[in-house]
Amino acid sequence: MSRVGLVVVSHSRPLAEAAVTLARQMLPSAEVTVEVAAGTDDGGLGTDAVAVSAAITAADSGDGVVVLMDLGSAVMSAETALELVDDDVRERVVLSSAPLVEGLVGAVVVAAGGADRDRVAAEALRGLAPKQAHLD
Amino acid sequence: MADSLDVAALEAWVREFARSVAEHKDELTALDSAIGDADHGANMDRGMSAAVAALEAAPPADPAALLKQVGMTLVSKVGGASGPLYGTFFLRMAGVLGPDPADDETFARALRAGLDGVVARGKAAPGDKTMLDALAPACDALDAALAEGQPLGAALAAAAAAATEGRDATVPLVARKGRASYLGERSAGHQDPGATSTALLLDAAVTVLSGSAG
Repeated sequence: MSRVGLVVVSHSRPLAEAAVTLARQMLPSAEVTVEVAAGTDDGGLGTDAVAVSAAITAADSGDGVVVLMDLGSAVMSAETALELVDDDVRERVVLSSAPLVEGLVGAVVVAAGGADRDRVAAEALRGLAPKQAHLD
Repeated sequence: MADSLDVAALEAWVREFARSVAEHKDELTALDSAIGDADHGANMDRGMSAAVAALEAAPPADPAALLKQVGMTLVSKVGGASGPLYGTFFLRMAGVLGPDPADDETFARALRAGLDGVVARGKAAPGDKTMLDALAPACDALDAALAEGQPLGAALAAAAAAATEGRDATVPLVARKGRASYLGERSAGHQDPGATSTALLLDAAVTVLSGSAG
């Protein structure tokens, strides 16, 4: 059984923490590592590549990390963070283009079930599918 | 090469850019409020103030260490997209500059490596209404002037003029990158904030590096 870690990168710490709360609500007793790197250190809106790299390292147990992010600088800070982590950690990280909230919910559920990194990343990417099936 | 681009000269460049960003903070934010999220001036000022504070707390020993420290500070402290973009720019410059003072040609190569880093990070192309529209022509003008045998001061002046021209040319463009791209056609008619701060970076180089002939 894999222990894939998740990282949430957002401009807003409240947004990131609420997304994590929403995702964990699915499985209140599950042990899934979800690290948050969000907001500036003075409490404002923004992203910090050094904080993202620390979150990735903290989330990594050796089985890989899937990083979900909101928009704009969150994407570029996540890419920059990959340059700042150790080489062996970097190989295990996937930066996901999944929608943050929907992707995180799906990823947490399958990560809690022991899925491997690629399976967790794939589940995040299909996060919009239930909503699309309902509305489209 | 007594007058080449040493750590003191490059530190003066960083400090002059920080001073200029602080002076133009409101102007940068006003430009960004028209087509973005109204934080470019505040973000760049926070980042460059932190970079200067870091220089004072731990003075770097050589050019590569200096620009690496500036880059790391910016990727951490700016908050917005200009953090990873300007941060990567300085980190890539640091990768070209070694521990020794740089000559003109090495400085130009470092600046181009910074440009390549901005392209790789932002995935923008010329004409997308970004900082690239000032930085790319500046690198081209610097290379051309040095190839003609012009001294560093004249070459930097040509680079800064090209950056300013590129900045002004962003006004009619429709943004294809960044927050402004959400506005589509409504982004036309406004000067790009990133190109504006990049022109300040080149102006700062003219102000403090022109006398440092390599």
